Amino acid sequence: MKQKSLILLLFIFCSGILHAQERVFTKNGNISFYSEAPMETIEASNKNVTCVLDTKSGQVQFAVLMRGFEFRKALMQEHFNENYVESTKFPKAEFKGQIVNNADINYSKDGSYTATVTGKLTIHGESRDIQSQGTVKVTGGKVTASTIFNILLADYKISIPALVKDKVSNNVRITVNCPLEPLKN
Amino acid sequence: MRLTLTVLFTCLLLSNYIAKAQTDTTDLLKGVTNQSNEKQYVTAAFKSSRIINGHSMELIGKNVLDFRILHRFGYVNDGISNLFGLDEARMRMGFDYGITNNLTIGIGRSTLKKELDGFFKWRPIRQATGAGGSPVSVVWISGMTLNTLKWAVPDRKNYFSSRLGYYHEIIIGRKFSERFSLQLAPLLVHRNLIDTDINSNNTFALGIGSRLKVSKRMALVLDYHPVLAGEQFGTYDPLSIGIDIETGGHVFQLHFSNSEGMNEKEFVTNTTGEFWKGEIRFGFNLSRVFSLNRNR
Repeated sequence: MKQKSLILLLFIFCSGILHAQERVFTKNGNISFYSEAPMETIEASNKNVTCVLDTKSGQVQFAVLMRGFEFRKALMQEHFNENYVESTKFPKAEFKGQIVNNADINYSKDGSYTATVTGKLTIHGESRDIQSQGTVKVTGGKVTASTIFNILLADYKISIPALVKDKVSNNVRITVNCPLEPLKN
Repeated sequence: MRLTLTVLFTCLLLSNYIAKAQTDTTDLLKGVTNQSNEKQYVTAAFKSSRIINGHSMELIGKNVLDFRILHRFGYVNDGISNLFGLDEARMRMGFDYGITNNLTIGIGRSTLKKELDGFFKWRPIRQATGAGGSPVSVVWISGMTLNTLKWAVPDRKNYFSSRLGYYHEIIIGRKFSERFSLQLAPLLVHRNLIDTDINSNNTFALGIGSRLKVSKRMALVLDYHPVLAGEQFGTYDPLSIGIDIETGGHVFQLHFSNSEGMNEKEFVTNTTGEFWKGEIRFGFNLSRVFSLNRNR
């Protein structure tokens, strides 16, 4: 009896380990955003995005430090952190979601798969449910997740003063590109 | 009995495992993100590279050109006949340029005494949070001024060096919170030529600068330079209070000050207004930055 339960226990632990190995991750993913207003185009990128994708369940999560966004103009970067996203108060942006059609993606076979992702995006302390089409690319066993989607700053309570309406657009295009590697722990 | 116990125990473990798995999946990032406190520089202690008259602990950033126009009007207590001082104005026009994020050079010219000035501003220590971060920023500024007025006494032998003045300043500043910043800045001014014997060539002052943010884009600022040694006869400690308003690439600094000069040598050694008697001038600093970066 004791042996059986031990075997059972072992089995449970093993499955846990196996489970963990189905996760792929990165700490150096890329997120950039782009917004165009009549007088100014705003562009910034962050090369230290953390992303974990559970290939079995299709669960996916992103996290990024707002301070890590780099702008071409130093002052723009300062204003981004100080006045718009308030990086000291809300240092992180996060996405927690699920690949809806995860069953259609064969992570062991090379190819480019369209993934529909739904989940919660949190920026500036505000969470919104979003849905986006993305791509999961598998090449030689390596998984790359990418997507492009748009958000409205107003949804995240990032206000644009009337004085800079011509310079800062409410509509921001976000591009995500994360090459992932197996997570071992 | 034993069987039921084992089953119960296994179930317990299993449920424990499931619960663990669930918390794990709700936070996939656990164990991946390092919750470490990485060193991070503190930015925007002040909105501008000047508090009002004196330098702030902020630098403008690499490849940034800052075009600054400064105005100081006449005494407010001149009354309506002089439109509270607005009928007369002194001006300084200048360019600052950021060579690196920690080194800025600048030149300017004031209408007062037709004076040119130039400086460098270097930040060897920058305030940062996290491991190994400094609690304060330290900034070193040295500058020169060149008076280009005609010689007051043309008959005597005049030396070019007599036109020159120098100033050296160390700023130690800290952004205490999002709203409040404070800096102390010992400052030494040396003038090669002074008008009378009773005055000293060297003047030593302590710059005190502070900011209190009242909204995201507005802040109250205080700039005070008590003179500790070598005070000039008939001058007072320069004191200025103002408000910073920021709009995109511009910063407007509106203020009231008892000094007229717009470089360190001038406002430390030649502030003739007595603030508490109402000898105050309205003034503004206008800063427009241009980013000269072509590529990231």
